[in-house]
Amino acid sequence: MNAKISFTDVAKTYPVKDGTFTALDRVSLDIADREFVTVVGPSGCGKSTLMSMAAGLVEPTSGGVLVDGVPVAGPGPDRGVIFQQYALFPWLTVRKNVEFGLKLTDLPAGERRRRAERAIELVGLSDFADALPKTLSGGMKQRCAIARAYAVNPQVLLMDEPFGALDALTRVQLQDQLLDTWSQEQRTVMFITHDVDEAVYLARRVIVMAARPGRIQQIIDVDLPYPRTEEMRLSPEFGRIRNEVWHAVYHQAPA
Amino acid sequence: MTQLTALGKSPAAPAARRGPGRPRRAIALNLLAVVLGLIIWTLLASIGVQGLPGPLQVAAKAGELIADGTLLDDALASLRRVLLGFLLGTFLAVPIGFLMGWYATARGLLEPYVQFFRTIPPLAIIPLAIVLMGIGEVPKVFVIFLASFLSSVVATFQGVVDVDKTLINAARVLGASDRTIFLKVVVPASTPFILVGMRVGLGSAWGTLVAAELIAAQEGLGFRMQQAQLYYDLSTIFVGLIAIGLLGLLMDRLLLLAERRLTGWQERR
Ligand SMILES: Nc1ncnc2c1ncn2[C@@H]1O[C@H](COP(=O)(O)OP(=O)(O)O)[C@@H](O)[C@H]1O
Ligand SMILES: [Mg+2]
Repeated sequence: MNAKISFTDVAKTYPVKDGTFTALDRVSLDIADREFVTVVGPSGCGKSTLMSMAAGLVEPTSGGVLVDGVPVAGPGPDRGVIFQQYALFPWLTVRKNVEFGLKLTDLPAGERRRRAERAIELVGLSDFADALPKTLSGGMKQRCAIARAYAVNPQVLLMDEPFGALDALTRVQLQDQLLDTWSQEQRTVMFITHDVDEAVYLARRVIVMAARPGRIQQIIDVDLPYPRTEEMRLSPEFGRIRNEVWHAVYHQAPA
Repeated sequence: MTQLTALGKSPAAPAARRGPGRPRRAIALNLLAVVLGLIIWTLLASIGVQGLPGPLQVAAKAGELIADGTLLDDALASLRRVLLGFLLGTFLAVPIGFLMGWYATARGLLEPYVQFFRTIPPLAIIPLAIVLMGIGEVPKVFVIFLASFLSSVVATFQGVVDVDKTLINAARVLGASDRTIFLKVVVPASTPFILVGMRVGLGSAWGTLVAAELIAAQEGLGFRMQQAQLYYDLSTIFVGLIAIGLLGLLMDRLLLLAERRLTGWQERR
């Protein structure tokens, strides 16, 4: 099976006043086509750095990242990115935000509009299509950001703690919505979170990272079928996996 | 990285604006303050503070100056200078500010000059301007130009530097080129800063006016006050001051209105 995203011995170091700081130390990871993986780990362990390399926003100091077997050279619309801070253009309405990426393609105007409409509908924001971001709640803002990413139909979704700033209820709703669309359109998703429950609920594999230097600590398979349900969250099997992930994250031997 | 500090308040500062539904109480208090001020002024004038004209005398003088057209001519002459200097200053400042914010090379080359001239009060340039440009309109407009240029250039530059990096990344991951990022992200995102810079610039342009009109002017509010000073004509000086204040306030409000229209999308906390 060919990997959709493939990190090979990627390392990232930053120069600091007394030498160099190793943010990532030779990480290798393959993510299969249409796979949903989550990445958890203590803050500062290099989760965002790893994801940004796949996005093309950060260049590895050494090692390489392949997407579809092709080395990543800068960002591109084939990889949608969703940031924790929503990153909506505050001067554009929801619709115009969603159309932003479409306008950069050579699609005809009618098709652009149709696609934007569909993406907005998918995240349930149709009633707010002409609203400015400042009038939206945090959850609605993030749904708008998701619609903006969906609109250009990327094969890969890279999500950096997208629900981290939301309240628990909104978060659960957005998780279900995300899994819903993922099961219909089956993109490859790399999803960063610091919430162990969220990591287990969404993923087929949970990548647990450790800090200093940033590295992969353990990879834990989640052998629960999709679609995931609320009952599953309460099942003993879910509890067992959650404990395993929790243990891997919070009882790391000091580096 | 060395950064210039933006003049004035950050555009997001909530205190800088009042909502349209300004409480009645505040308006009533404002009116009360004006009335009280007029009463105190009248009292001071009537107990005979040396040569101080009362409000009625000043109003009469204003009527006189309006009737014979002097006030209008002076106001127009002053406005022309200020607007010319201000528009030239702003139109040059915005592209240069963008250049400095966007290209490190341009920043490196221009920053020393901007920093240096910013520390010199524009009025201090007047002697130099007279020597180099004579005593016509040019040195007056030049000094006003310089005052508004410097505040706008710093604000624009700061606005570009402060554009949220995640917004730029959000555009990049959607496939935007540098050109698109500049036009569709950097320009709108820095508009609030530019408008604040323009307001500060207009304020300092207006503030430079009177002094600029001391340079052998034939008309203008500053010139008229200078003339009145020679004849101890305090009423005319008061009329001049009030006219300068009202016009300044009016222009500031117009820019504020434009700012609200153009940057209503801003989130206020
Ligand atoms: N530009 C940078 N310069 C220096 N250190 C950085 C830079 N960017 C990130 N780091 C460091 O690299 C480490 C990993 O960062 P990050 O990938 O953001 O971690 P995470 O997302 O897991 O919290 C952190 O310790 C952070 O301080
Ligand atoms: Mg992070």
